[in-house]
Amino acid sequence: MAAQVIRTDGATSDWIHGEIQRLKLEKEQLENRISALESQLHTSTSSSPVAKIEENSSCSITDGSTFCANGSSANALSAEMIYRYSRQLLLPDFGVEGQRKLSQSRVLVIGAGGLGSPVAMYLASCGVGCIGIVDGDTVELNNLHRQIIHTEAYVGKPKVQSAAAACHAINSSVKVVEHQGLLHPSNALKIVNQYDVVVDATDNLPSRYMISDCCVVLQKPLVSGAALGLEGQLTVYNHKGSPCYRCLFPTPPPSAACQRCSDSGVLGVVPGVIGCMQALEAIKIAADVGEPLSGRMLLFDALSARIRIVKLRGRSSACTICGENSSFTKEEFERFDYENFTQSPMSDRTRPKLSLLPESARITIKEYKEVLDKSERHTLLDVRPVHQFKITSLPNSVNIPLTDLEKELPKLGSMLNDSSLYVICRRGNTSQTAVQLLHQKGFFSAKDIIGGLESWAQEIDPKFPIY
Amino acid sequence: MRLTLEFGGGLELLLKESVKLHQVDVTQKSGEDKVTMRDLLSWVKGNLIKERPEMFIKGDSVRPGVLVLINDCDWELCGNLDAELEEKDMIVFISTLHGG
Repeated sequence: MAAQVIRTDGATSDWIHGEIQRLKLEKEQLENRISALESQLHTSTSSSPVAKIEENSSCSITDGSTFCANGSSANALSAEMIYRYSRQLLLPDFGVEGQRKLSQSRVLVIGAGGLGSPVAMYLASCGVGCIGIVDGDTVELNNLHRQIIHTEAYVGKPKVQSAAAACHAINSSVKVVEHQGLLHPSNALKIVNQYDVVVDATDNLPSRYMISDCCVVLQKPLVSGAALGLEGQLTVYNHKGSPCYRCLFPTPPPSAACQRCSDSGVLGVVPGVIGCMQALEAIKIAADVGEPLSGRMLLFDALSARIRIVKLRGRSSACTICGENSSFTKEEFERFDYENFTQSPMSDRTRPKLSLLPESARITIKEYKEVLDKSERHTLLDVRPVHQFKITSLPNSVNIPLTDLEKELPKLGSMLNDSSLYVICRRGNTSQTAVQLLHQKGFFSAKDIIGGLESWAQEIDPKFPIY
Repeated sequence: MRLTLEFGGGLELLLKESVKLHQVDVTQKSGEDKVTMRDLLSWVKGNLIKERPEMFIKGDSVRPGVLVLINDCDWELCGNLDAELEEKDMIVFISTLHGG
């Protein structure tokens, strides 16, 4: 109330005139922006195949609307920018200079999943000039607990499209380039080369090697994050003397050591925390402020609430990619088979299909349904871990996890009492290993149910929960 | 020699009850007055690893993809297998993550 009374004097009316002037200018800039976007909409080509990278525009930041055009110096921030970014402009360590560098920088986010979600949102909100987003997946309902950039309305639609729309909704003044499709050695150089900073927010090992190699070849700093279960890791590669991924890990780990979120689980906020810190590191590098996390690695343990920052080795002179005597060229990069090198697929979605057993030791889910329908006497053994068995299970199944199977054999033997034995798991891989073990131990009647509970849900009972 | 060991990034799954933090007492080999990382690795393999040792050890070192940190410092900077440990040192074994 007091403020309103004071604002009736002459000084206040000056203030109101000034404010009206400012808002009019802001309105004009917004209208320009709207018409620019409308014309972009008319010229853009829609409906792209998922497998091929489709770009909606290039990442040059020549857009005049970024800067004030009304007579002041070319380097000054516009009134709209000053107002929007005021809280970070007030930081002495960041300020106008930081904002100006940020708005002229181009950052590529590879992966629009659990890590990439907060990365893209923070990069958009803080005013990075151009954000590129690469992803070949579509949004699924079971992504939403951690991939917070996506909403239910986008389930089934490309992640890149969903993420770009979200970035635009947050900040229509930043440029967002959609790279729809999987990053691959054949397209990586062309895409990565358009950006100043690269954020690795992918979910698989071959992509991590590929992105690191690409950043070395093109001399780009790489903000690399990873999260799984209740742990996360973060570092900046190939920046200010820090090592590249290959300096740290010249030999890939055995593929059995590579766990995936779709198998091991992940608590949504864990990649969220790491993604936020990736955004922070990308902003620091782009704005050239502070001390980047290069040559150091942050290790986050969510369950025990511990964060450890450790000192890493420097760039290895013997590194085959970034070392002194390396002769790794762009051509070699384009030809390099990263999936073969790491013995693992470039997508978290590709699942290994084991084939350990002869056909005689396996039955289909439909055949098992017939066993049930005929009320044939049998035991159904579920070999998944206990916590997965608790999520969902078939009625009358007995849970003995594969890890406990050998020591529980006597119990199983007494339970069987000469009835037939069928073994099931989530997708039909663990059950094969179990049947193999059972055969070795004399349980010759054990049969594997092909495709596990997933095929039960797909072929027999569509209401059966899938996880 | 009292040491604190920590296992992470999934390596804890190879240990009994998946415990991450371990306070251990590692004795020097007879005739030796020091404990090196080489000694510690063989001690860990013999005393802590309960399953799939190949997921932890390869040859006489750790398997590819495992970072070893001695007092929060990459063991490559401390002498790798020949690094000499001291009373109350903290050694972290962490498997790199790839998920996201």
